[in-house]
Amino acid sequence: MNSVMSKAYGKAAWGLPLQGSDVAVTWDHLYWFLFWLSVFFFILVVGGMIYFAIVYRKKEGRKTKYIVDHHALEAFWTIIPTILLMAIFGWGWSVYKKQIHAPTDAMEIRVIGKQWLWTFQYDDGRTEASKLVVPLGKPIKLIMTSQDVIHSFFIPNFRVKQDVVPGMYTSVWFEPKVAGEHQVFCTEYCGTSHSGMLAKVEVLEPEQYELWKAGKPYQVTGVKTPSSDLLAAAQSSARLANAKLPLPDQGAKLVQAKGCTACHSIDGSAKIGPSYKGIFGHEQELLDGTKVTVDENYIRESIQKPQAKVVKGFNPVMPPYTKDMIGEEDMNAIVAYIKSLN
Amino acid sequence: MAHTAEAHGDNYLNHEKGLWSWMTTVDHKRIGLMYLASVCFFFFLGGIFALIIRLNLMHSGHPVVDANTYNKLMTYHGAIMVFLVIIPAIPASIGNFVLPMMLGAKDVAFPKLNLASYYIYLAGATFACLALFLGGADTGWTFYTPYSIRTGGGVILVIFGAFVAGFSSILTGLNFIVTIQKLRAPGLTWNRLPLLLWALYATSIIQVLATPVLAITLVLLIFEHVFKVGIFDPALGGDPVLFQHFFWFYSHPAVYIMILPAMGVISEIIPVFSRKPIFGYRAIALASFGIALVAFIVWGHHLFVSGQSELANFVFSLLTMFVAIPTGVKVFSWVGTMYKGSIRFNAPMLYALGFIELFTIGGLTGVFLATLAIDVHLTDTYFVIAHFHYVMVGGTIMGFVGGMHYWFPKVTGKLYNETVAMWAFISIIIGFNLTFFPQFIAGTEGMPRRYWSQLPEFDLWNTLSTVGSWFLLLGFLMVAWNMIKSAKSGPAAGDNPWRALTLEWQSKSPPPHDNFGPTTPTVTHWPYEYKGANV
Repeated sequence: MNSVMSKAYGKAAWGLPLQGSDVAVTWDHLYWFLFWLSVFFFILVVGGMIYFAIVYRKKEGRKTKYIVDHHALEAFWTIIPTILLMAIFGWGWSVYKKQIHAPTDAMEIRVIGKQWLWTFQYDDGRTEASKLVVPLGKPIKLIMTSQDVIHSFFIPNFRVKQDVVPGMYTSVWFEPKVAGEHQVFCTEYCGTSHSGMLAKVEVLEPEQYELWKAGKPYQVTGVKTPSSDLLAAAQSSARLANAKLPLPDQGAKLVQAKGCTACHSIDGSAKIGPSYKGIFGHEQELLDGTKVTVDENYIRESIQKPQAKVVKGFNPVMPPYTKDMIGEEDMNAIVAYIKSLN
Repeated sequence: MAHTAEAHGDNYLNHEKGLWSWMTTVDHKRIGLMYLASVCFFFFLGGIFALIIRLNLMHSGHPVVDANTYNKLMTYHGAIMVFLVIIPAIPASIGNFVLPMMLGAKDVAFPKLNLASYYIYLAGATFACLALFLGGADTGWTFYTPYSIRTGGGVILVIFGAFVAGFSSILTGLNFIVTIQKLRAPGLTWNRLPLLLWALYATSIIQVLATPVLAITLVLLIFEHVFKVGIFDPALGGDPVLFQHFFWFYSHPAVYIMILPAMGVISEIIPVFSRKPIFGYRAIALASFGIALVAFIVWGHHLFVSGQSELANFVFSLLTMFVAIPTGVKVFSWVGTMYKGSIRFNAPMLYALGFIELFTIGGLTGVFLATLAIDVHLTDTYFVIAHFHYVMVGGTIMGFVGGMHYWFPKVTGKLYNETVAMWAFISIIIGFNLTFFPQFIAGTEGMPRRYWSQLPEFDLWNTLSTVGSWFLLLGFLMVAWNMIKSAKSGPAAGDNPWRALTLEWQSKSPPPHDNFGPTTPTVTHWPYEYKGANV
């Protein structure tokens, strides 16, 4: 019903992200009101200050006026701001209610934040990492929790943000009116790769959404985030089955896309986890003192059940990646890539 | 002995000699100077961290430090600037020097406690800095749980340092309250109390009431960290948002501990350099207490997207709006004071004008953040970074540096170089706006705070910001050079070069050890009596 993009949407006013939803349009009205009101008061105060500084600068023989106070003026500049501030509060509250109350027919998707990756679980059991696929024009409600520390889910184009807290569920909602990609940031500091904990909302036209649901290749049309190039790897490489790339190259893109390189270096330096470089075919000492040779099965197990065999010197902090998150083709590509780093 | 020596220029600087005499002094003026030296040292240290942060963000894809180092730098920048610079800056250094003199007193009420406060501050600073060498801390200055419980390194030491430094703040506040209550010179009635003292009184009340809450919170955090008792960590059965409530119950009032004294300094400078009474004396004094009162009931505005209830958000947003009213009254009154004045543009006045410009931007953007819906988008972005730097640096540091220039002749007996001071100010004001204004735009466009690397779309604003930071560096170096050089070899200032009417200027410059010599000054008029020969 909303597949036709209204002209009101999709624009990015100067200094603001583009308007991706009705809430964003409403939000912008209040923002610009505050902006121009601030400009007015700034000119009043600072303009007045500069004016007085010039007109009443020190001059020989200038007599100053002995003014101590002026009750009417003081009452005026107490009462007028009070009225304005109460109006701003009321306006802010009314927009806020729209921002946080999802329609009852909203489609629910579950979100898990973990250092430093967003994963999304759909009702039908499919999962996605770093990519939230939703249909255009449908209200979406995200029910979110964290596996470790506090994160925060922020979509500038929809003007919504909500902390994602371990031990409880919080929620955020939006109704995308613009097809394409919308940037997601983590906005609560969560450690080393906080600034790398990015994701994207892919808003699909209905027919493309059906294709995605059926697990078939689909196309994202519409807006792109200005950072599309940077995140291209993360997003498009999620389905590399048809890519005409050598297997290790596919794997290289995948480890970027899945956020693996946040913790695993490819140059031999130890980060949160062991480096990929030069491990394949070599023995590694584990936490319990036993040794294991890194082969295809070890890598596969360490991705799907990271806690099974933890290399000595590292903490067992990696989240498991299920078959839904990394399919067999992708798994093969990743193993081939790690093998190629010898 | 003091009496005979006085005739030959005995003052607090040469009254006793040697390092030991400084380390064991109970003279509020010397203690104020020791605080000043420490605060300036930490300001430069925190500033160096800020410069590296800015270099790192100058262009995406060209980091100068790795992510873990960056996170430690931003933690240290924040923790040092908040706990070791901005909180003690004006009360403990300028306040210590000026407060008893403004009252006509020989010292604060508890001189030994005053010295103890300084050593407690140093001890806290030492603990915090020790952590630098013991793994560092990467939690941000806010120590949010559960991250702060899980991350390793020297987090506990930094927290312990902040805990210890807090006692210095409490004891200084207590000392100031008693001093103002009990040691006012004859004739110095409440209606004649200089506005800086009203501001310091309000500040002291917040220090005494709010700081213990921080202390308790940090102790709980250390407990949880060491003994694995579930308080804030959900993995142990705790509530991470509870920490945020405790933390901001102190740290929001602390924001007013930081800004109120600067407002007091501005209220002293503007009448002196306008040769006019302060406009709305009672309103400004009352506004200090209005701000102090509201300070305690708005902490929840830091938690609008934390998961706290809708009702709590409603109440905190509404209450936060009331901060703007007394603040507005002050700003309007300062500008009103200039009306029909005879304005001199000495460095203190330049900083006061700079304060009004920057603080107005800081205050107006505060209204954006107080507005619930707007905050949801802007919180935890660079908009917030820009906002509080406009208030804390544009406000507090401007007041601090302005105050340093204003009382420089009183402290040293010398005049600073006015030309150097003016160019330093110009460099700082340009640098400041260039550094922080682009961050408002980056923030509204969506750039989150505490990011080691930004997306390329934010590059323009970050590059501008980094270039601005160099102007800030240049300006502050010029201030430091001017201060040090003029203290050594500046021309003699005379006792009261600004022809100010507050009591401290009625003493010699530099003042004698006991401030006013054998006589106790008597006050016959209020401190803003600029009429007749006083203009």
